[in-house]
Amino acid sequence: MDWLNAIIQGILLGGLYALFAAGLSLIFGVMRLVNIAHGDLIVLAAFLGLMITTTLGINPLLALFVAAPQMGLFGYALQRWVLNRTLGDDILPPLLVTFGLSVIIQNGLLEVFSADPQKLNAGSIETASIAVPGGINIGVLPLLMFVTAVAVIAVLQWIFYRSALGRAFRATSDNQDIAQLMGLNKSHIFGLAMALSLVVVAIAGIFLGIRTSFDPAAGPARLIFGFEAVIIGGLGNLWGTLIGGIILGICQNIGAQINPGWQLLAGHIAFLIILAVRPRGLFPRVDG
Amino acid sequence: MSDGFLEIDALSSYYGDFQALFDVSMQVGEGEVVAVIGANGAGKTTLMRSITGLLSNEAAMVRYRGQAIGGLRADQIATLGLSMVPEGRQLFPSLSVEENLIIGGQIGRRGPWGLEAVYRLFPVLKERRSQQSTSLSGGQQQMVAIGRALMANPDLLLFDEISLGLAPIIIKTIYEALPGIIGGGMSAIIVEQDITRAINVSHRVYCLQEGRVSLEGSSKTVSREAISNAYFGV
Repeated sequence: MDWLNAIIQGILLGGLYALFAAGLSLIFGVMRLVNIAHGDLIVLAAFLGLMITTTLGINPLLALFVAAPQMGLFGYALQRWVLNRTLGDDILPPLLVTFGLSVIIQNGLLEVFSADPQKLNAGSIETASIAVPGGINIGVLPLLMFVTAVAVIAVLQWIFYRSALGRAFRATSDNQDIAQLMGLNKSHIFGLAMALSLVVVAIAGIFLGIRTSFDPAAGPARLIFGFEAVIIGGLGNLWGTLIGGIILGICQNIGAQINPGWQLLAGHIAFLIILAVRPRGLFPRVDG
Repeated sequence: MSDGFLEIDALSSYYGDFQALFDVSMQVGEGEVVAVIGANGAGKTTLMRSITGLLSNEAAMVRYRGQAIGGLRADQIATLGLSMVPEGRQLFPSLSVEENLIIGGQIGRRGPWGLEAVYRLFPVLKERRSQQSTSLSGGQQQMVAIGRALMANPDLLLFDEISLGLAPIIIKTIYEALPGIIGGGMSAIIVEQDITRAINVSHRVYCLQEGRVSLEGSSKTVSREAISNAYFGV
């Protein structure tokens, strides 16, 4: 029963990892930008949530509705005035600039909030659980996070494949020059993509802050989990990213079941095995 | 003739240090069809990229309806009513046939062209509307590329290498459709390697040779000898 429990909790944890990964996947899909600062932006969102909850005195789950638009606006500005300048035929400048951004965010947070671990307090929902047959308890909060992750992926999927914005994303991703000829301003399109990515980051950051404690240096590990979920699922496939997150979550929980010290290691090993056997991930997008 | 519709004035274009166009001057009147011919590497595609804004120039080098557009971005120029059928079709592989057409019309300019009008022009596209654009034959892809450009309801339509890489029968079909496309008073620049077709379909012709205009004249009166001189530079 412990094993079944580990798997179920792993699935729920996987939803959070999918949230870490979805924004990363979106940005890479639209503009081939690998955002090294993604994990730090998640932690930034968690601190933003902390500021909102302490100043307004509201539940972090409500603070999300304040933080998400702010992160979205920040994302648009960041893309228009910083990252767009780095995009080109050379893949190195955006890597270096987002790496620099990662360092800036970490040290900026350290200046303002110190290195103390922080936690967002969501109240009684944190300990609430639903008892299911077989003596397994499913936490309401992890369940909420998982359902949110599925909903976020579904919405992103809809935007990408069913909306005019998604059509513009895909066209710009296919061929930037020709997309410009269609009257699409790629700088604006990329800005919107980053805005969308950071809205997802806001959700991921606040959920992270409710689930565990966080500090200014917590970003890079979230980035790794996000990368692993994206790669396991297959680049450019959002549902694959959700599956990737779930696989990562299950492996970590099974690892922890064997030996508490094995939690992270088990996730990384699973990632390496999948990378060795299926270098393009489990569900790569089929390109024409 | 010069009514200030499109005026290119001493245009020089560069790819890095390499100069591809030297002082090219050219006019297109309202409702006029101009053919641009020339050998490979003569600068025809560079000229198209300069007009559409994919290559940026000094503002005054390209004027459209009196407005200096040489320095504008491609998406800004597109909203003014310039549209291009690019060399090699260049459809969006991630988009279906219909999505390729819709995105061509997303500027929202009013005019006779819309999905239904394009499907009337090329009925085969309606049957294949939900297919991936890359699954179509070369000729059908060219139809999508033309339809995509028309969806913007342009006042000036640029065709870059309209028949390159297509079977003769397809080229014939496309040329038969051309009067229905540009007959409605639309101006057009047609880049073409087939000189006879270029002459037949256009009012005036420009020949480029090594980045310079080597011939300019009325398509009705220009002699074959003058063209071959200008084309090959003998």
